[in-house]
Amino acid sequence: MSNVPADLKYTASHEWIRVEADGSLTIGVTDHAQEALGDVVFLELPEAGRQLAAGEACAVIESVKAASDIYAPVAGEIIAANQDVIDAPESVNADAYSAWLFKLKPANAADVDGLLDAAGYTAETAQ
Amino acid sequence: MNTLARQTPLHATHVAAGARMVDFAGWDMPVNYGSQIEEHHAVRRDAGMFDVSHMLSLDLDGADATPYLRGLLANDVAKLREPGKALYSCMLNEDGGVIDDLIVYRLSDTCYRIVVNAGTADKDVAWMRKRIATTAANVSLNARRDLAMIAVQGPNARAKTWQALPALRSASEPLKPFSGTAVGDIFVGRTGYTGEDGFEIALPADQAAAAWNGLTAAGVAPCGLGARDTLRLEAGMNLYGQDMDETVSPLDAGLGWTVDFKDESRDFVGKAALLATPASRRVLGLILEDKGVLRAHMKVITPAGEGETTSGSFSPTLEKSVAFARLPLAAEPGDLVDVDVRGRLLKARAVRLPFVRNGKAVA
Repeated sequence: MSNVPADLKYTASHEWIRVEADGSLTIGVTDHAQEALGDVVFLELPEAGRQLAAGEACAVIESVKAASDIYAPVAGEIIAANQDVIDAPESVNADAYSAWLFKLKPANAADVDGLLDAAGYTAETAQ
Repeated sequence: MNTLARQTPLHATHVAAGARMVDFAGWDMPVNYGSQIEEHHAVRRDAGMFDVSHMLSLDLDGADATPYLRGLLANDVAKLREPGKALYSCMLNEDGGVIDDLIVYRLSDTCYRIVVNAGTADKDVAWMRKRIATTAANVSLNARRDLAMIAVQGPNARAKTWQALPALRSASEPLKPFSGTAVGDIFVGRTGYTGEDGFEIALPADQAAAAWNGLTAAGVAPCGLGARDTLRLEAGMNLYGQDMDETVSPLDAGLGWTVDFKDESRDFVGKAALLATPASRRVLGLILEDKGVLRAHMKVITPAGEGETTSGSFSPTLEKSVAFARLPLAAEPGDLVDVDVRGRLLKARAVRLPFVRNGKAVA
């Protein structure tokens, strides 16, 4: 079974979201996603300042097997992208929850409440 | 798990080893046992093995076996002079499209072992039987679903095979590349689909798990179909259904070298169509110079016109993305081309295939 930390939020499209103390969101892909993707070899991440609608495709993760889009979990503005993970894509496989992809400042803090919790995501992936 | 998918005699062994299983051509097969890239490197640098029991071995016996195959296949089995020598060939339809690609080993003038792809096996057998009937050939064709098959590949594959399966050593040690021999009820071919040395071992299903476990104990890494795909891609080897199919001539799929027109008196299925429609495309490799990953069915823009990728992935050996591309005939190795990767034009260099052979980058 894949690892689903209880302190994170999730989307059905396999992003994890950590709500930071300042209200910003740190976003990556779940352990379940990295396992399904296989070895990650390339990432394309959004630039800081980009405004995103909820559910908008904003990054691409490519494994040996296939390319997959990554979606903004809520509306907001990109405040950072993780250069380290671009240089070492295999870090997503090594630890999906350390290898964050980008940080987002949500347009509405309350939007986070609509995301899945660990139990909800686990139920989603069990289907 | 897909319970409708067929299972090889090694299925339980894969599941027990924690393999990630996927459906491939109707079979529930291991795609990897952890990291596809590590499995890939194991084959390039040491030894890895693949369960290829989903592929079908066929025995063709009878007085007309040689003339029958000379009419059935686009390559000419008459060039197999030594017993055990193998030949790679396409089997074509009347329009010159590729029904399947296969390996045929000549055991004697009247006896051949043929290995065909899993996804096409039923279609192939039906086609072969139909041709036996229409040509009234004195041959019998026996499908060997009683056999499992393990491909052991890599620079240390042969030595580790002999360590694990010492009974195979005396018969298989003298084998030259691309030949095979029977050892009791086991058939060993010095063949493969990775660009490395090694064996493909067809053995009775009830011996498969013990052989696999013995090979594991000898240090042969279990590898899934994921690594098999990147290995064959680096080795410049076509995948049926992706790089060619019934709608494509072998002359347009980079397989012109497997079509033998030398003996003008020899007719084979599809010959007239191939002669009437010469090659219109050439297949070259692409190495991506920009960052990204090439995949199948991407548009390629060359100085000579447009083409399309048929297979593409990340090459673990080159640490770059590579692809096969069907390009205009005037395209040349060395050409700088543009590839439409998800809406962006990225630069790639056209090269002669393969990309990698015997562990070394050659492109």
